[in-house]
Amino acid sequence: MNKKPLLSIQNLTTRYPSPDGGEPLTVFENANFDIEEGEFVCIIGHSGCGKSTIMNVLAGLATATSGAVIMDEKEVRGPSLDRGVVFQNYSLLPWMSALSNVIFGVRARFPKWNRKRIRDHAYKHLDMVGLGKGTEKRKPSQLSGGMRQRVSIARAFAIQPKLLLLDEPFGALDALTRGTIQDELIRVWSKTGQTVFMITHDVDEAILLADRILLMSNGPYATIAESVVIDIPRPRKRADIIHHEAYYPIRNHLVEFLTTRSETVAAEDKRSGELNRHPKTVRPGIIPKQAVTEQDNPTLQFTRDIPTYSLDNGAPI
Amino acid sequence: MTTTVKARILSVLLLLTALGIWELVTPSVSNAENMTEYELLMGGAADVARVPPPSAIFVKAFEELSNPIYDNGPNDKGIGIQIGYSLYRVLTGYFLAALIALPLGFLIGMSPLAYKALDPFIQVLRPISPLAWMPLALFIIQDSEASAIFVIFICSIWPMLINTAFGVAGVREDWVNVARTHELSSMRTAFTVILPAAAPTILTGMRISIGIAWLVIVAAEMLVGGTGIGYYVWNEWNNLDLTSVIFSILVIGVVGMLLDAMFAQVQSAVQYQE
Ligand SMILES: Nc1ncnc2c1ncn2[C@@H]1O[C@H](COP(=O)(O)OP(=O)(O)OP(=O)(O)O)[C@@H](O)[C@H]1O
Ligand SMILES: [Mg+2]
Repeated sequence: MNKKPLLSIQNLTTRYPSPDGGEPLTVFENANFDIEEGEFVCIIGHSGCGKSTIMNVLAGLATATSGAVIMDEKEVRGPSLDRGVVFQNYSLLPWMSALSNVIFGVRARFPKWNRKRIRDHAYKHLDMVGLGKGTEKRKPSQLSGGMRQRVSIARAFAIQPKLLLLDEPFGALDALTRGTIQDELIRVWSKTGQTVFMITHDVDEAILLADRILLMSNGPYATIAESVVIDIPRPRKRADIIHHEAYYPIRNHLVEFLTTRSETVAAEDKRSGELNRHPKTVRPGIIPKQAVTEQDNPTLQFTRDIPTYSLDNGAPI
Repeated sequence: MTTTVKARILSVLLLLTALGIWELVTPSVSNAENMTEYELLMGGAADVARVPPPSAIFVKAFEELSNPIYDNGPNDKGIGIQIGYSLYRVLTGYFLAALIALPLGFLIGMSPLAYKALDPFIQVLRPISPLAWMPLALFIIQDSEASAIFVIFICSIWPMLINTAFGVAGVREDWVNVARTHELSSMRTAFTVILPAAAPTILTGMRISIGIAWLVIVAAEMLVGGTGIGYYVWNEWNNLDLTSVIFSILVIGVVGMLLDAMFAQVQSAVQYQE
């Protein structure tokens, strides 16, 4: 264990100056968390708690007031092709066709490649998200919302970043489209083993996709309160996952956090003086007998390695 | 029948009606005997000085357009040559203005500091009628040809400058962020992201500018004289040849329309939908 994480967020604090010169707005304070290589991490929190703000810092598009983001043992200072971003909206350049948008990314990432190789690579990734011949020549305004996000995801995967940052990529989509694209995302992700950090509002989406879910308390002074491990084996299917015995314990834990504890947890922290801490790792999906079931039942094998986590004191869980 | 077709038919009908009324109310030359003494004094003496009927203008147009390029000295050149001179001045002044306005507008749009620093100058210089520069230009440049071009330059620079700055400043931050996360150099960002994003606004400025330049060239050529469609109008007025005056007014309108249509074409090519 104890190998260096791919990404490490240390005591990150962001404050916005208040417009009237009064107290600055502290969005979050002393956020700490790590992301391991190959992990799929989701972050959930109420609207306005500062998820996009954190993501912009991770992307290097904004600088935090204090604290550091360390990736591959180097501090993040500005945007880089190592971190691909899919924004909440407007990720695509509207004057370019879907194909050109992907080519835009590929050309930036692999400037030495020749025209044909860039094109093939772009087509390959459009195919991967189910956008084949016929739609690639259309402009974003001629595509549906779902297709647009598919193109954004194709471009993000095509540049093969070390870390993929997704800011509510399916936020604007209807439930059906959302489901199909989630499946596609899982498929592409399991093929590439990409490390992903994704913001979402949707508890079920997070459980379906993530290895681990970070829970963010309400702002101002938001913190990363908990890190919830999703102990549900992969491959996961949307239809089957709800029958898994860990599903409802996990879901209830998340919902309970969002409905009640997200408001109070920051105040509790203040009272107990417990600042600068790492999020507490919880595994609501582990029911004592399950450890036995897992070994005995070959169909419940994990298909990916789930990294192990430790608490602040270094003790393994 | 589509609305477009109906509108076209209506346009033609309106034109024919207007021309018909015009033709009817214009007294023909033959009934000069019926004129009052005053009319005889004012216009009757010189037939050419009365407002001519459309038929006379058609005849004139046919004559001029069937032989547009000839040169019989300073006061008798084909309409094609005169238009050519005017277009040459307009385009030269216009492209010189674009050469300065587009890069400068880009810089102003990118840098709030440059915007704030240059704004007062732009605000003062912009409302000055381009013709007000003429005496100064003539004095400094000492050449009427170059002065006319300078006047075109100065009148077409502002809409291009302001629209370029406005368009560049208004580029959606998310698109600039797309460029940043792809590690594009500032040059590549300027050309592959900001320029296409701001192009519709920039083209609007360029289109306004060419329109103004074409308006101003006529007045400028009336002042500097020698050649060009503006000079032609003024010269025909001095000859009391109203048929030619009206014909050249129409030519000015049509050329202006064609210039505008060209820019509209380019504009629709760079237009995009968000
Ligand atoms: N540029 C800014 N200046 C001042 N305050 C800002 C700025 N950007 C964001 N904020 C504030 O910071 C807080 C966090 O915003 P952020 O966009 O990160 O929320 P979010 O968690 O992504 O919300 P959502 O889920 O709705 O997207 C909000 O209260 C917002 O008003
Ligand atoms: Mg957000």
